[in-house]
Amino acid sequence: MSFEPQGLKADNPPFDFRLHFSMPSVFRRWRWPLVALLISLLTLIPLAVIVLSSLTPDPVIWQHLLDYALPELLNNTLWLVLGVAAGVLLLGVPLAWLVAVYDFPGRKHFNWALMLPLAMPAYVMAFTQVGLFDFSGPVQTLLRAHFDNTRWFPPIRSTGGLVLVMSLAFYPYVYLLARNAFSTMGRRALEVGQTLGLSRSAGFWRIALPMARPWIMGGLILALMETLADFGTVSIFNFDAFTTAIYKAWFSLFSLDTAKQLASLLVALIFVMVALEQYARGRRAYVQAGRAAPLPRLRLAGARAWLASGYALLVLVLAFVLPFGQLLVWSWGALEQEWNEALFGYALRSVTLSMMAALMIVCIALLLSYARRRDGGALVRLLARVATLGYAVPGTVLAVGIFVPVAWLDNVLIERFFAGQDVTAVLKGTLAVMLLAYVSRFLAVGYSAVDAAMNRITRSQEEAARNLGYSGFALLRHVHLPLLQGGLLTGVLMVFVDVMKEMPITMMTRPFGWDTLAVRIYGLTSEGVFDQAALPAVVLVLVGLIPTLLLSRQKDVA
Amino acid sequence: MDALLQLNAVSQAYAGKPVIDNMSFQLAEGEIACLLGSSGCGKTTVLRCIAGFEALRGGDIRLNGERIAAPGYNKPAHLRAVGMVFQDYALFPHLDVAANVGFGLRGLADAERKARVGLMLEVVGLSALAGAYPHELSGGQQQRVALARALAPRPRLLLLDEPFSNLDVDLRQRLSHEVRGILKEQGMTAIMVTHDQQEAFAMADKVGVMHHGHLQQWASPYQLYHEPASRYVADFIGQGAFVPAVISGPQCVTLEVGEYCSLTPLAYPVGAQVDVLLRPDDVVHDDHSALTATVKGKVFMGSEFMYTLQLPSGQQVLAQVPSHHNHAIGEAIGIRLELDHLIAFAR
Amino acid sequence: MNKKVLLASLLAVFAGSAAAEEIVVYSSRAEQLIKPLFDAYSKETGVAIKVISDKEGPLMERLKAEGSNSPADIFLTVDAGNLWKAEDMGLFQPVKSAVLNGNIPANLRDPDNNWFGLSVRARTIFYNKNTVKPAQLASYEDLASPKWKGKLCLRSSKNVYNQSLVATMIADIGPVATERMVKGWVNNLATAPFGNDTAVLEAIAAGQCDVGLANTYYYGRIVAKNPGFPVSPFWANQAGKGTHVNVSGAGIVRYAKNVKGAVKLLEWLSSDKAQNMFADVNFEYPANPKVKADALVASWGNFKHNLINVKVAGSKQAEAVMLMDRVGYK
Repeated sequence: MSFEPQGLKADNPPFDFRLHFSMPSVFRRWRWPLVALLISLLTLIPLAVIVLSSLTPDPVIWQHLLDYALPELLNNTLWLVLGVAAGVLLLGVPLAWLVAVYDFPGRKHFNWALMLPLAMPAYVMAFTQVGLFDFSGPVQTLLRAHFDNTRWFPPIRSTGGLVLVMSLAFYPYVYLLARNAFSTMGRRALEVGQTLGLSRSAGFWRIALPMARPWIMGGLILALMETLADFGTVSIFNFDAFTTAIYKAWFSLFSLDTAKQLASLLVALIFVMVALEQYARGRRAYVQAGRAAPLPRLRLAGARAWLASGYALLVLVLAFVLPFGQLLVWSWGALEQEWNEALFGYALRSVTLSMMAALMIVCIALLLSYARRRDGGALVRLLARVATLGYAVPGTVLAVGIFVPVAWLDNVLIERFFAGQDVTAVLKGTLAVMLLAYVSRFLAVGYSAVDAAMNRITRSQEEAARNLGYSGFALLRHVHLPLLQGGLLTGVLMVFVDVMKEMPITMMTRPFGWDTLAVRIYGLTSEGVFDQAALPAVVLVLVGLIPTLLLSRQKDVA
Repeated sequence: MDALLQLNAVSQAYAGKPVIDNMSFQLAEGEIACLLGSSGCGKTTVLRCIAGFEALRGGDIRLNGERIAAPGYNKPAHLRAVGMVFQDYALFPHLDVAANVGFGLRGLADAERKARVGLMLEVVGLSALAGAYPHELSGGQQQRVALARALAPRPRLLLLDEPFSNLDVDLRQRLSHEVRGILKEQGMTAIMVTHDQQEAFAMADKVGVMHHGHLQQWASPYQLYHEPASRYVADFIGQGAFVPAVISGPQCVTLEVGEYCSLTPLAYPVGAQVDVLLRPDDVVHDDHSALTATVKGKVFMGSEFMYTLQLPSGQQVLAQVPSHHNHAIGEAIGIRLELDHLIAFAR
Repeated sequence: MNKKVLLASLLAVFAGSAAAEEIVVYSSRAEQLIKPLFDAYSKETGVAIKVISDKEGPLMERLKAEGSNSPADIFLTVDAGNLWKAEDMGLFQPVKSAVLNGNIPANLRDPDNNWFGLSVRARTIFYNKNTVKPAQLASYEDLASPKWKGKLCLRSSKNVYNQSLVATMIADIGPVATERMVKGWVNNLATAPFGNDTAVLEAIAAGQCDVGLANTYYYGRIVAKNPGFPVSPFWANQAGKGTHVNVSGAGIVRYAKNVKGAVKLLEWLSSDKAQNMFADVNFEYPANPKVKADALVASWGNFKHNLINVKVAGSKQAEAVMLMDRVGYK
């Protein structure tokens, strides 16, 4: 609405005090917590199913776990988390800095190419890397043809190897978010630093890095949540992690309760991790006022330029070129067997599902982020945290947590409305349930992208619009949406790629016959026929490349 | 009640710490006011309360007689028809200048909006830049866009939060006159927040001096300077020195340099110990005067020198002297005091 | 009442209802291994078969959560341990079928007829033909002997096939001897346990180790593509109880909607024609002893099966896992 001219406002109706204490104002007060609560229910319910149904520990199994599994498990998890954290930071941050601030040979191509590993599922990366670098793989076989033995060759199936492979698989999260932060303020940070007497490198450490911290931490937390929830990769490495212990308790010791208890512990650990980050960040705010025009990049010369190119190339080769090449070689061998119409069906369903899920998740992420923006209270902040926890829960456990309440609801509905009829499903096996399940899994991904962008809208920009007569959803539509465009697109693309790669929830909740590329890959890898799995994996990567490339062209993201 | 804006005993606090304490003032339609104070005095919070971004702890705010804010009630900002110009301008980077200015004109038909935007751009002198984007503009231009955007919907009241603080001094002076001209021409009622006296005096019909959340005085610039209500205002506004004195009559005081009598009565009993404010323009250079003081420091200000002078007792005062009287530091010069309006505060 | 009908009909739009000529199978056996059989059955009988594939754990939880409203008629999975667990959770119903009892030997099915083995795989010793003579090999227990120090490759103990093997050994030779044996294996390892059987076989071929344990069909898949693969199977424990075998199998779900059709399908799967397909597609042995194995599989020779009921793999699985944890078998 626009303001009426002053003259018409001369005789305002007298102020009615009571009117403003009626119900709507109560609703107004709790509107945003309510929105956040509804969204977080999608995650809260499955989590509650996991945590609450397993309150009594099985003493025999727990004693065994305490004696033989847990100490090593915690130790392993600690090193894995520290290792992958160090790995993704060492890969992601310097690459982001180089690409955002400097110019060196190949920079333009590295800019997008360094995001390619995002399209490759971690378990696919794992089986190709192990296939390449293990004793019986082509690399060591070739080396043995020239040397006596390859005992000196570092074993790929080791903690170090796992950390390396996971870092290569997950660094793009950090790279992507850090690059966007650096490219909007990196050069300026250097200049400010120089005016304060800091060298360029000191400027990076003391100004650019701390300023980019929320974005870097956002990427890091995504990477670590994926690390902790991962099962496929660690099982290829036969590494004892939380997820393998959960699966062992479930499948081998036949104690789903113990599995759920372990999963609850894992969720608690992650909650603490996220909360610690939040606490360490303290009350500092990271809003950037206004937007400076982009500054030209600094040109690197000589050895430094080639060092930069070399580093980027090395990472790219290890994280994408080699594994993808191996996939191509394998799929060439299995081409006749696997290349058929069904493959297009898998691809089409993968794309359809991922697109629908991505759009839905980003819409919900936007709502949640906006709720947090409108109501900065502790309750909404907590709910937003809870709503995004699903990303850290092992997929299969979350899938059970989702399916159990849906099946329960179905049973109630059937008993009430279809008693005696030949009906076995109302909600389960529908697309709607599947999409909601994806929301509880991937909200963290969409939310981190949208919220990062939301944080760059200044308070005064919002207030200016409110002053000019905008409120509620009109404000969202006319101010936030246009300003968030970049972040929203980033969210859509990141979620799209992630849903493409997802297996456990897809398998648990998909409608009959909804076989996707990931489901096909699971069927083949579960039988150990990696070479046959290679072709659907190649298609998965190629389809995933489309959004990844779009993402890389996205200038103004997050 | 013909005041457009009324603040009645308004209080506000952050985390239990009072930011505004029992503040009251009124603003008539068409008046321009300035809230003046050092940073952290609560002046921006007052604006945000009026705009509707902060809830009140006590008191109420009325606009055109309508109560818009009270404890437990806060009329939503977007319904108040109160415009605001932000310190960082808060322009929308995704919109060009014309769209920024037209942002608040949603209810209007296209043609009407276009006309209004065109008019506003003309008013602020930016018609040529209608299609430019904010990052392509200079600071002063961004400022004017922000002003045009705030004025476009014809708000009942305009708030300006340190609007010139991001600009260089030269531009600041020019723009503050220009903005006052625009506001007056539009008949706009406005409140500006600043920490710069010159700016406040140049812009405002009424100035409120704030200190630690208290409104020290609400008056015209002239009154503030010549009739400060408190020692803080006297000290904060303009320059000057406090000189010890004793009340020697209903309208007279005795300083170390003699007895002076005011045209107005003094509110202290005879014999009371007071401090008398000596403004630089109260101390007049007079070569023929028997009273002399030693030059301790001087600042060249173009047409004048600002001398720091030491009286025999060691007490220092400031003197504003035409700049053709160039005296060296250490030199003793003759002075006399012109104290028609005696300002005294209890010691 | 009216409202109820309206809501019911509204919900019915979304509700999937199973037609009578349809059989729903929950399967954790890889889809590419069962799809050809089901396609053949549908072609022959006109009965539609719907398959839901997932891991066995989630499928069992799914059956449990769905309870009497499960659309599933048959639960098909690999490894007797999983079949035992499903039975233990009460997910199956017993089947009276002379055909099934006649086709499937007693040691390959549940004594109470809750489930039936449909294909057999042996888990035995494999060795590098260039470095090991068959005469040097004997039994699972022998692999614990110090002579194999640094020469043994194993898959992870988290794998159900190893768990079943060790569980069977516990039943055969007792927990103490079994623990000693597994400890010996761990001492003899040439490298950290692998993530899958194929990797074990490839490591033996590459010379990383000389001997290892694997399921026969993994070997079959490699040899079918690469006849020169320098690894051979050795039938373990022929002087004792015989080589460890396990099954893939299926049972009728407790709340099956189409029990008759499901039993018919199981009977068909145990028949000569289907048994060949079922086993051959994956280089396994048919469960039906009247049916000959694939030529490649047959070329590995006849061997004595351990005739202990495969059910023991399930009942002693948790014990086996704890035992392996205790001796540090990763």
